[in-house]
Amino acid sequence: MNNILVTDSVSKNFGSFKALNNISIEVPKGSIFGLLGPNGAGKTTLIRIINQITMPDKGTVYLDGELLNQDHIRDIGYLPEERGLYKSMKVGEQALYLAQLKGLSKTEAKSRLKYWFERLEVGDWWNKKIQELSKGMAQKIQFVVTVLHEPKLLIFDEPFSGFDPINANLIKDEILRLRDNGATIIFSTHRMESVEELCDDIALIHKSNKILDGKLVDVKRRYKTNTYEVGIKTTNNDNLDQELSEKFSVSKANFKTLDNELKLNIKLNSGDKPNEFLSYLTTKGEVSHFVELIPSVNDIFIQTVKNN
Amino acid sequence: MNHLPLIIKREYLTKVKNKSFIIMTILSPIIMIVLISVVAYLSQLNNNKTRVISVLDESEIVKDVFKNTENTTYHILENMSLSDAKTIVKETSNYGLLHIEKFDDFNKLAKHIKFYSEESPSLSLISGLESKIEKKLTNLKLQKKGVDVEMIKASKISVNLGQESFEGEKTSKIDSIIKLIFGLAAGYLLFMFIIIYGNMIMRSVIEEKTSRIIEVIISSVKPVQLMLGKIIGTSLAGITQFIIWLVFGGLLMTIVSLVLGISLFDSSIPQQELIDAATNGGSDMSFYFESFKIALQNMPFVNLIIAFVLFFIGGYLLYSSLYAAIGAAVDNETDTQQFMLPILMPLILAVYIGIFTVIEDPHGTVSTVFSFIPLTSPVVMLMRIPFGVPLWQQLLSLLILIGTFMLTVWFAAKIYRVGILMYGKKPSYKELIKWIKY
Repeated sequence: MNNILVTDSVSKNFGSFKALNNISIEVPKGSIFGLLGPNGAGKTTLIRIINQITMPDKGTVYLDGELLNQDHIRDIGYLPEERGLYKSMKVGEQALYLAQLKGLSKTEAKSRLKYWFERLEVGDWWNKKIQELSKGMAQKIQFVVTVLHEPKLLIFDEPFSGFDPINANLIKDEILRLRDNGATIIFSTHRMESVEELCDDIALIHKSNKILDGKLVDVKRRYKTNTYEVGIKTTNNDNLDQELSEKFSVSKANFKTLDNELKLNIKLNSGDKPNEFLSYLTTKGEVSHFVELIPSVNDIFIQTVKNN
Repeated sequence: MNHLPLIIKREYLTKVKNKSFIIMTILSPIIMIVLISVVAYLSQLNNNKTRVISVLDESEIVKDVFKNTENTTYHILENMSLSDAKTIVKETSNYGLLHIEKFDDFNKLAKHIKFYSEESPSLSLISGLESKIEKKLTNLKLQKKGVDVEMIKASKISVNLGQESFEGEKTSKIDSIIKLIFGLAAGYLLFMFIIIYGNMIMRSVIEEKTSRIIEVIISSVKPVQLMLGKIIGTSLAGITQFIIWLVFGGLLMTIVSLVLGISLFDSSIPQQELIDAATNGGSDMSFYFESFKIALQNMPFVNLIIAFVLFFIGGYLLYSSLYAAIGAAVDNETDTQQFMLPILMPLILAVYIGIFTVIEDPHGTVSTVFSFIPLTSPVVMLMRIPFGVPLWQQLLSLLILIGTFMLTVWFAAKIYRVGILMYGKKPSYKELIKWIKY
């Protein structure tokens, strides 16, 4: 079984409002899976269904090949976007309680907490109340509580919100380390640069429908337009511009160069080979810049959402 | 996975360790005792004050009925005009002046008696004076008509009905009063408990919502488990508090009454009734103490205790699940108002029915019907039981209560499940009904 999580045509209605419409996704084991979508698309509803907080009206969910059931609660760790802790409860007591709810024994939970608190440098907060901590500190505790029971599947909804860059980096490294240790991570965020950086697979949900999914590289391959960003030094820039415009679809490019180069985005015609195009360019002048334009997740996101 | 014990433990410990809970637990009995002491002390002061009433009796036939008592001194004025008497009374700042005009006809005389005073006099004072004069004038009139007053007195017979049920249990008036006290106490206790700890449950649900921890929790446990854990944990904390209040309060009460020498128990109804009954009826006190004892023996204590526990738990759980649902439906405490009324109405209704109709007729139609309606039955039934309710009625009522309780928990859990994840707007009743269908 290569997929840790499979949802099969999951639908959910709230009254007359359709929150999810036949959503099928497959999350490969050991991957970081980006669950993307604009606000109100239905991501949280899907996550809640995976966590068995809400039940789907239609469709089934499988975790590690088994139909999702109550025993899977301890296999999943969930860090919701709207998160918080009991304000007047002590950090240690609270973490112990939440860990025990996930099925850990008290002694086991205690020793693991000690390990994590040292790891994330939160050692002496055990007897502090949450209301005495800063937001970032509370977020760290929340993160520890989420991963403490070493679940197979971790679901992070906007995990970096509320962290300063240093701590965000710390958390990012921990997420990657957890992935390397065998956990699978579902990652829901609006920060596309972290999707770019972390995710192996993505699914894009828009208006309750899945409109895109697959390996990130495949998606990018699908969305690339065979366009190259070119910088070339010639004796007469205008002439070359004219010539290229006749052969290809060309637009002005924007990047920094040292000299007065002709800067263009050139979309090759189907069948054109980049190598041949490059050698063609070298006959026209001195090529100082030649880069294939790979669409960013951000571009893909905006483009697909707009088209739908 | 059953996390219920874990949740109950957390809810209990957080409640009990809470600072305001601790302060309330210690302070409440102290405040109560201080209040009772002050009231008792003041009412004693009030009783100790003697009132001086001047009497100007022109008819000369009534004045000898005014005998000085502990609280009232009568000052008999003679041979002066009404206006002089008024001035004297005002100057000496006596309480008031009773003026009786002179008439040969007793009926006419009775119509020309006046009481002058600075403040309006108390009702008991006026009726006391009236009855004294009435008695005297009646006796005088009887004598005038040639009737021997002593003979009337001698031929007077006082009757005290000995009450007995068909099964041979002896009962009495005292019996009913004792039963009433037990019934009222049980019903009231439940009422107070529901209001205090129901609110506490509601606040704790709202706290989980506002602190946004709720989603983390219910990704680990089922909402129904969380709700039940909350209700049970809070109730246990409540019972702890109640027991501390009883023990600590009782202790304080004893100490205070010993130290200050104020008898705080004196004004309780049964003794008052005892004394009244003894003095009015003319029988000896021992008879009443005897019936007091019989009354206690007659109390269906086993039935009362079992029923108390069952109805208490049933009624409390019924209401507290409603409180939990309200807590889940709203974002903050100020939004709870519109949902509180439908909860408080049947509760208050139950207490009033208990006080007015159960006293009047514990087995009448109104009290019987309301002891079956689930939202009022715990309180009303608890008030009725000391008077002896047939077993089938108790069982039927309990069955209805349990049925409703399960229905309510199901309904509350639905609202709870949806409500705890809803933020932002205050839901209407229509929306709540929609949630049940989710």
